[in-house]
Amino acid sequence: MVTDTDIRDAVGEIADPEVPVLTIADLGVLRGVRHEGDDVVVTITPTYSGCPAMDVIRHEVELTLNHLGVDGRVETVLSPAWTTDWMSDEGKAKLVEYGIAPPTGTRAVDGPIPLTLSVRCPLCGSPDTAELSRFGSTSCKSLWRCNSCREPFDHFKNL
Amino acid sequence: MNDLFGYALRLGDDALIAAQRTGEWIAAAPQLEEDVALGNIALDQLGQARALLQYAGEVEGAGRTEDDLAYFRDERDFRNAQLVELPNGDFAHTIAKLLYFATYQHLLYEELRSSTDETLAGVAGKAVKEVAYHVDHATQWVLRLGDGTEESHRRMQDGLDASWPYTAELFATDYLVLRLPGVAVDPSTLEDAWLRRVMQVIDESTCIRPESAYQHSGGRDGRHTEHLGYLLAELQHVARSHPGATW
Repeated sequence: MVTDTDIRDAVGEIADPEVPVLTIADLGVLRGVRHEGDDVVVTITPTYSGCPAMDVIRHEVELTLNHLGVDGRVETVLSPAWTTDWMSDEGKAKLVEYGIAPPTGTRAVDGPIPLTLSVRCPLCGSPDTAELSRFGSTSCKSLWRCNSCREPFDHFKNL
Repeated sequence: MNDLFGYALRLGDDALIAAQRTGEWIAAAPQLEEDVALGNIALDQLGQARALLQYAGEVEGAGRTEDDLAYFRDERDFRNAQLVELPNGDFAHTIAKLLYFATYQHLLYEELRSSTDETLAGVAGKAVKEVAYHVDHATQWVLRLGDGTEESHRRMQDGLDASWPYTAELFATDYLVLRLPGVAVDPSTLEDAWLRRVMQVIDESTCIRPESAYQHSGGRDGRHTEHLGYLLAELQHVARSHPGATW
C-alpha cells in the first residue's frame, strides 16, 4: 500500500525545470496530497501566473503517480497565492550554492517610488551589488552584478 | 450574456491584448535587459489572461476553452479597453501606457482580492504581486526619461499625452459591474487613487499632467480602434489556419 507520505515524498523530489537544483517541495510549489475515494489528488501552485514550468511540473507529477502505480490527478490552485516565504531554508541554501541569490524576505515595494534593497553576492558574499534589471532569465528572477568580484548573478525575486 | 462571464471576459481580454502588444517588443527593445523585462511583463499578463479566460469559459458553460476565447472570437466580441490595443509607438509611448495600465491593474487587483467570487479573488491575489513589479518598472523609466535629456523628456511627455485620452475608459462604470455587487470592482472607485499615484510619478519626472478634452470609449461594448483587428490577425492566424492542431 502506497501511503500519502510516500506519494508526497516521491512527488516532492521532482526538480523545478528552470532551477533544477530546487525540488518542488523546496519551492513550496507542492501544496498537498489527498485522497478522493481511490484517487489521489496532488495540488500544486504556480510561482507566477504565466510560469511556463507549470505544464512540465504537472506532467512530471502525473508520471510519478503512474510510476507508483496510483490513480490520480493534478490540481492547480491559485489561492492563497504563492510567496517566496514558502521556500524552505534548505532550498535557499541550495540556491546560494548554485549561484543564485535567494529571496531576502523583504517584499516588493508598495509605493510608486522604489527602494533599493541590498542583495548579497552568492559567489563572493559581498553585499556591494547592483541590480541590472528587475527581470531576469525567468519570471521569478532578477539580474544583478557584484561590484566586488564583478560577476553577474541571478536573484530569486521576493514575491 | 451571463454577467460573471462578461466580467471575467473583460478582465481577461485586457490582460490578453496587453500581453500580445507588450510581447511585440521582444527582440526590438532598446537594450537586451529591456527585451527580457518586457517579455516577462507580457508573460505575467498572459498568465493572468489564461486564468481569467479559462474561468470565463467555465462560467459560460458552453464548453469554450481559454484557447477558443482567445483565438476564435472576432474583433467585436473582444471587451478590452482601447488603451491596451494601441500600437506601441516609440519606447516612451509604451512606458507611458504601461504606467497607466499597470497602476490601474494594481488598484483593481488589490480590491478584487476581497471579491466574494473565490476564483477571481485567487487570480487577483496572485496577479497583484506581479503587477507591483510592472508599476515599478514603468515608474523607473518614466523618471529616467522624463528627468533625462531634453530629447528624452520631450518623448516621455509625448508618450504620456498620446495615451491619456484612453485612460478614462478604464474607470467607466456600467450596468454589468453594478449587477455584480461584491463580485466585481466598480472601476470608478479607483480613479482618484490612480490619478494620485500616476501624478506622483509624472510630477517627479518633471513632466506635466496631460490635457485632453476628449476621451475615447467603446471597448467594453466591443467597439475598438482600427488597431485591434491587425493585432488579432497576428494573434489568431495560426490557430485559425490549422483549427484543432496541437503541438
